[in-house]
This record gives sequence, C-alpha cells and structure tokens, in this order.
Amino acid sequence: MLDNLKITPLYNCYKEYGGKIVEFAGWAMPLQYQGIISEHEAVRNAAGLFDVSHMGEVEIKGADAAEFLQNLVTNDVSILKDNQILYTLMCYENGGIVDDLLVYKFSDEYFYLVINAGNIEKDILWMFECKDLYDVEITNSSSSVAQIAIQGPKAQKILQMITDINLDDIKFFNFKTDVLIDGIKCIVSRTGYTGEDGFEIYTQIDKIENIWHKLLNIGSQEGLKPAGLGCRDTLRFEACLPLYGNEISKDITPLEAGLAFYVKLQKNSFIGKEALLKQKREGLKRKLVGFEMRDRGIPRHGYEVAVLGVKIGEVTTGYLSPTLKKNIGLALIDIKYCELETEIEIVIRGKSLKAEVIDKKFYKNNYKK
Amino acid sequence: MKTLKELFYSKDHEWIMIEGNKAYVGISDFAQHALGDIVFVELPEADEEFTTGDVFGVVESVKAASDLCIPFSGKILENNQVIVDNPLLVNEECYESWMILVEITNKEELNYLMNEEEYKEYCSKEK
Repeated sequence: MLDNLKITPLYNCYKEYGGKIVEFAGWAMPLQYQGIISEHEAVRNAAGLFDVSHMGEVEIKGADAAEFLQNLVTNDVSILKDNQILYTLMCYENGGIVDDLLVYKFSDEYFYLVINAGNIEKDILWMFECKDLYDVEITNSSSSVAQIAIQGPKAQKILQMITDINLDDIKFFNFKTDVLIDGIKCIVSRTGYTGEDGFEIYTQIDKIENIWHKLLNIGSQEGLKPAGLGCRDTLRFEACLPLYGNEISKDITPLEAGLAFYVKLQKNSFIGKEALLKQKREGLKRKLVGFEMRDRGIPRHGYEVAVLGVKIGEVTTGYLSPTLKKNIGLALIDIKYCELETEIEIVIRGKSLKAEVIDKKFYKNNYKK
Repeated sequence: MKTLKELFYSKDHEWIMIEGNKAYVGISDFAQHALGDIVFVELPEADEEFTTGDVFGVVESVKAASDLCIPFSGKILENNQVIVDNPLLVNEECYESWMILVEITNKEELNYLMNEEEYKEYCSKEK
C-alpha cells in the first residue's frame, strides 16, 4: 500500500520516533508519532517539529518576475520589501482557487513560491500557462529543497540554541538567507501553519537529517516533540487557516472562503479579478462560517449542513478541538444562514444534530508581531 | 499487542468476556492502537437487540469515525457510561473499558469467536 509513494529526505527518521506512516497527496508521511492530541498540545504549550519537505518550492526569476506574479496572484506583491513574505491565492479566470501559497521576495527579479504538496504539478503547469510574454524563468525546485517547521512558544528558544544569528532579527512574515543552523546554511522564515510563533527552515536535502535529530535532542528538555500531519490539521483548523481541498478549491472563491483580505481588487489586473469583482458586486450566495455543536457529536469534512431538514451546505473541516475541548467546525453554507447565533443542523450518521454559527476565529493566535 | 488469556476475540478486534449467558464486549489493544486517540464513543441503550454483524455503536478517533459491529446476536443489558464520558480510557486500559453488556441470544454463535492464540495469529497476518 505504501509502495509507489514519494518519500521526503526525512522518511528514515520517522520510525525512530514511532511515526505511523500514511499516504498523503501521493507521499508517505507520518500521521502521528506519540499521538495526535499529545503532539497538538506540545505545539500549543512547548514546541513541535514537522517534516514539511513534501511542500513545493518554485523559483521565479527574471526582469518581469514581479509583474508576472502581480498578475498571477490575488494579493499585492508590490508592497513586499526584500526578505518579506506574502500569503496569497492564485485564481482561475472564474475566481475559483488554483492554490494558496507564500511568496518570498529575494529581490525584484527573484521570488520563491511555496505551494501545497498535492498541487505541485498542477500549479507549475498553470504558471507556465500564464507565462505569456513575461520575461521570467519558472523553476520547480521542490525535489532539491527540504523543509521543516518548528512551531510553539518555545520554538525560538530551542532553535536559537543552534543558530548563529539572533532570531529576534527575523520578524513575522520575514526571512533571512544564509542562516547557519548547526553550521548548515538555511533560509529561515518566521512563518507557520499552526497559529503559534515559529519558524520554517529550508535547506539542502542531504543536510536536513542532521538538523532534525539535533533539534529533537536539544529541544526535548524544553518539551519539543516530533509532530505529524494529524496535529498539523487540528492546529491549523483551530487557527482558522484554510486547507486546499477543504475550505478552498477550484470550486470556491477567496471571497466565499472569507479570504477577501488577501484579494486586492484595486490592483490593475490579475487573473480572476473580473469574476471576483462581479461576485462582490452581486453579493455572495454562500460563505464560510464557524459553528459549534449543541447536540453531542463530532462534525467532519463532507457532512451535510441543513436547516429544518433542507441541505444548506457542507462541513469543510470539523473536529473535537484538542485545545478548546469542544466539537466545532467550519462550513460553507447558504448566505441566508451565516449570521452569528443562527441555529443550523449537522447531519451525522443520518441524524440532524443541533449546532450554532459562531465566530470562526476559534483560537487566538500567538504570532510574534 | 497485548491480549488476555481468558478473553475471546472477534475478527473486528473486539474482546468478549463471557459470564454465563451474558458477555461484556470491548475493543482490543490492536484496535485502540490502530485508531489512535479516541475522542468519542456512541453506544446503544438497554433493551436494543442486534444480530451478528449489526452496527451497535461508533468509536471515533481524532481523524475518523468507525462502526462497532456486534460479534454475536444479543440484547443490550447495559452500556458503559464511564467510557462515553471519558473515551480516552479505551486507549489507556482497553481491557478494563467494556462497552456493552449483552444477553447472548444463541450460545452456538460463540463458537465463531477466536481464543487468544488464534487471535494473536490473526493479528500477525493483519498488516
């Protein structure tokens, strides 16, 4: 079952820490090590270390790099200074989402895009389709870059132990290059997907194992634990960060997903602008909301949302929240029912269970801004 | 994987403790380990009746919901509210965490259950 799956440079480390391996987007990845809940709690209270080498990295180089990206993505690339990072979406002409991604600016003529593992091939093909006459080189560097993420209130303290520069100098959504971690050259950004302070570290694939082991050795006294994809999902869900395939997809627009902040409609033009302007003008027909169960049951991705037995949408993600200790979820539903405190039903195993619309900012993030 | 000598086991990784014409049913160490952290358990009420293979309840891990299938026909006498209120007990002590107490309809059906040795072998093949 796990044959024919891609593996990251850290695959051989999983077993050592008790990793339970599953398939994710064509990759053999660790779902958990010690347990999803204990890893989730470690990230919230101390720190967790994630192998995210399966993510994609794309280099955009050339005289038209900035212009090409400004047209490709919904957010405003022109506000970026060197060493700054932007979160954005890429849309199709109809406003549906190709992917969400981070844009790292090295210079006006050199950018790094970090894209989702499950979308690498599709995104690259799309970028080439959009290349037109822009003077730009698009390079898929995914297979030569390894990436790990250390996240949690103790992340900086632990990483600092083996880092040459002062990590205070890397501000939120900024990065530095040529940072020496355990003597190994890395790109380090203060970014993450958990709602906690933390760093993402990029380096060559033949050096990543050293850093992985070193961090876990020195970090264990501070409570650092290896963390798998299971808690990666529960953490980002609590922090209301979208997952491609759940809250965002080719059939959902950024406006419907509550991501209007990352869509700068005042930009001259970008792919999808017309469709999104039109949608904004006409008003949304459906929207992503947060909800909390009032009857006993756990809502999950794909479960039907109804009102008086009539379907009004679907759950995009739902869990018993390990931090908040309640059954909550996100759902894409008919705009008529999106007001806070609206009573809705979640259909679980054929039974309509009561729930209520709540603010989707479930967890107050701890970013170091 | 831990097993107990005095128990019987089903193909769905349940353990069965027989006491006369009644039996306690829970899930085995193999099952709780495969599920991971258990966050929710739904059990039937007393007097509900089931035929072998019927879904009698649900056990949910962080990531997914799994049906619980009854390993023999019977009528529910009691469900264990303690584990409904504290599902993680099933991970911590699965052989103490009985789920249902069942009045056995037909004792012949118990012949289809596995003893400890047979179950250990069954588990070793299941990978």
